[in-house]
Amino acid sequence: MNGNQKRINLLSLIIIFGVLITACGGGAPATQPPAATEAPAATQAPATEAPAATEAPATEATGKMFDGVTINILTFVGPQVAEPLQRRGPDFTALTGAKVNIITVPNSELYQKILTDATAGTNAYDGYLFAPAWIVDFAPAGLIEDLTPYVEKDKDLQWDDVAPFFRDFNSYNGKVYSIPLDGDMHMVYYRIDSLKDAGLEPPKTWDDYLAVAKALNGKDLNGDGEPDYGSCISKAPAQQSYWWIWSIAAPYIQSQGSSQGPFFNTKDMTPLVNNDAFKRALEVYKETGLYGPPDETNQGVGDSRGLFLAGRCALTMDWGDIGTLAIDKENSKVIDKTGAIENPGSTEVLDWNTGKLVPCDATTCPYAVDGVNHAPFASFGGWAGAVNAAVDQKKKDAAYAFFSYMSQPAQSNQDVTVGKTGYNPFRISQFTNKQAWLDAGFSQAAADSYLGGIEASLNSPNMAADLRIPKNHEYIQVELDRILSEYIAGDLTTDEAAQQLYDSWETITNDAGRDAQLTFYKGTLGQK
Amino acid sequence: MDTTATHEEQQPVRLHTIISSAADRLAGSVFILPAVLALLFLSLFPLIASLYVSLAKFDIAPGGFKLTFVGLNNYKKLFTGSEGTHFLGKFAPSTFITWLVFGAVVIGLGIFLARYVLNNRISIGGLIGRMLLALGLGSLTWMLVHTLWNGGRLGTASITLVYVFVGIFFQYILGLSLAMLTVQRLPGRRFFRVVFLLPMMITPVGVAYMFRMLTDTSKGPFTPIWQALGLINFSWVNNAWGARTAILIGDIWQWTPFMFIVLVAALESQPVEPVEAATVDGANSWQIFRHITWPAILPVSMTLMLIRLIEAFKIVDLPNVMTNGGPGTATQSLTYHAYINWRALNIGASAAVAYMLLFLVTFFAMIFVNLIRQRTVETL
Repeated sequence: MNGNQKRINLLSLIIIFGVLITACGGGAPATQPPAATEAPAATQAPATEAPAATEAPATEATGKMFDGVTINILTFVGPQVAEPLQRRGPDFTALTGAKVNIITVPNSELYQKILTDATAGTNAYDGYLFAPAWIVDFAPAGLIEDLTPYVEKDKDLQWDDVAPFFRDFNSYNGKVYSIPLDGDMHMVYYRIDSLKDAGLEPPKTWDDYLAVAKALNGKDLNGDGEPDYGSCISKAPAQQSYWWIWSIAAPYIQSQGSSQGPFFNTKDMTPLVNNDAFKRALEVYKETGLYGPPDETNQGVGDSRGLFLAGRCALTMDWGDIGTLAIDKENSKVIDKTGAIENPGSTEVLDWNTGKLVPCDATTCPYAVDGVNHAPFASFGGWAGAVNAAVDQKKKDAAYAFFSYMSQPAQSNQDVTVGKTGYNPFRISQFTNKQAWLDAGFSQAAADSYLGGIEASLNSPNMAADLRIPKNHEYIQVELDRILSEYIAGDLTTDEAAQQLYDSWETITNDAGRDAQLTFYKGTLGQK
Repeated sequence: MDTTATHEEQQPVRLHTIISSAADRLAGSVFILPAVLALLFLSLFPLIASLYVSLAKFDIAPGGFKLTFVGLNNYKKLFTGSEGTHFLGKFAPSTFITWLVFGAVVIGLGIFLARYVLNNRISIGGLIGRMLLALGLGSLTWMLVHTLWNGGRLGTASITLVYVFVGIFFQYILGLSLAMLTVQRLPGRRFFRVVFLLPMMITPVGVAYMFRMLTDTSKGPFTPIWQALGLINFSWVNNAWGARTAILIGDIWQWTPFMFIVLVAALESQPVEPVEAATVDGANSWQIFRHITWPAILPVSMTLMLIRLIEAFKIVDLPNVMTNGGPGTATQSLTYHAYINWRALNIGASAAVAYMLLFLVTFFAMIFVNLIRQRTVETL
């Protein structure tokens, strides 16, 4: 190595050390203060400051109260659910000046995405349109804003017009944490014409459901000369199976009113799944597959919905979406042929002490109608908007104002009548004012049937609410989903599935703390 | 005077020389140090961090999250706890055939070990390595023979092995066949070379959606064919092996071009003289392939399979999109298993599955690397 080469090496070393010293010495202070000062300000912003910011709700704004503010709202990929947000975002911008970005992810990733973003402190999203059942995970950790002060000041939201069940479902410990844009209730839909032609009545029990499905399976229901299906209830893993099964199981397990709850024994938090009632529900759910499309084990609700709207199914179970999609002149072959009823029930219910099914009587089924115990399942609880507690106040205000705007009757009473929104009625005025439904294209009979089905479920004294305790995602969407899909695939017997589910739920409960979980569970049922 | 002056002049020169020499010695290390540190940070830090996460429980806590150390609890769940059947599968009772197959493998492994021990070039490291290999292969055989039939059910570990070995086998055979075809002086061979490469250019999610449509017997483009065959009520996804076959077809379709393009290069780079000499000597096509072409492309083939093996262990897109991992858990790979846990924020359990995947990949990669080394030595 010659002298020049040595000098170059020496010079290079000096430069490298110089750069390193500059980077370590000068860079760190430049980046740390914002992180140190911004984070506490954002996370510690007291909820009580909120009312001041919400004194002028979005729709009352005469100027552009959120000029220069951009809010990022995270939700499910849709196209339904996200569609109204995307469609009405520009209107909200015109009213308030706030720019709205809607970011979507697959439904199965939404929970994880929100929690990762919030717990890691990334806070890329200012609001979430999510499942209100998740509030119990998010609120105690301080990840979402207490919206009570906002709601109290917001006259345009008309909070009292929201049906009591949904007001409660969007609250935790007496505080409002999310604003409902949607009301969810499972119902059974049937083909009025097909049942009438076959001399069959809409099913009152799940046994009736199987009988009707069996009778109409293989018949041509849409006049194309091809055999169609008696029942379409999706069964794909990681889709909606874990909700359908509770719609079937609830009337077998819960009979003493909504405060009894179908998921756990309120004495000791043991799961109510390793008993004859849940096993019967498993069998019913699996048997519906015998009268469905051949690839039903790989179908999600979008597939079964499409088949019903194409006139290929005599029966299906769904949220309120089918009612509004069925009147779509472009895509529906079942206009004015679709009836809606509250979910079928059972003439036998679970004896919680013995784990056996016992016949319905005045004691065992105090809310039975004609000897049939119904327990309509408010599955999922409807999409609702929550605000990230860690973003700055202006963004919180704008995110709240946007959800309020979407939920207000002026917008939502129209959105719930349109099938592509994925939103179903949740306000009292949406049931009482049927003109909006007639304007949307419903016939009087279709509107009466559809709204009657939802109202009957919503007003049922034995309605079953979805699980709302910490780790509900793990109980339902992970463990139940896996075991249920293995059962449907024939990998597990009914007894094995019930036992495995019991064991896995016990593991989750033990990990999370039995007493704490029991207190949560009883709290959601209104028990002390 | 002169001497003193010279001495004074020499001082700075010596100092300069010392610094220059030190710089000279250190330069190489210092120049490479930032890159080494960055690489170590990027590769080791995630490995160590995820190892810790696999030994912890993730919980949401006020203002963020907390990780609680739980020891080997996440691994215990995978082998003996609630995740056992999901990970390892459902073990069927042992039968005569089970013992026969397992016994044959154990005898084979015993012979393999005995030959090494009787060899003069035995070493402690080599012996331990081979014993671990025998233990690993014996355990995997035990798992497979008890979950593949007779009422058993494959777990995500076995399903991944099926995807890897069945997939790579067919990809290699098809890739080699197509490569042999396109190196012939056939018309349109350039066009087909491009066409055969196309599947590799498509995103795996796109391939998965395409095969989901193709395998849909009631709404897919092949519906008329299924109808004509009277298979309208047949579904690939109602049956565990049907669903796995559908995923394997998609995977083979996508990755055969990778084998193809590398093997084309290998075939075209082999010297023509031995082939011409063999032809003159009257060798037929099979003899030329068996004794000239195959040895020539063997090192490339082994490397190719090693690359695909490492990659194939990570399969997730196809089962996720085509079957959602169903029916049941029949098409879930280890990556999908980890993904499900991650999706539910069971970060610890997810990391434990990922570590098991790492062990499996490393185990098979080591076997392959040793095979390649052995073959290379034999060739030389």
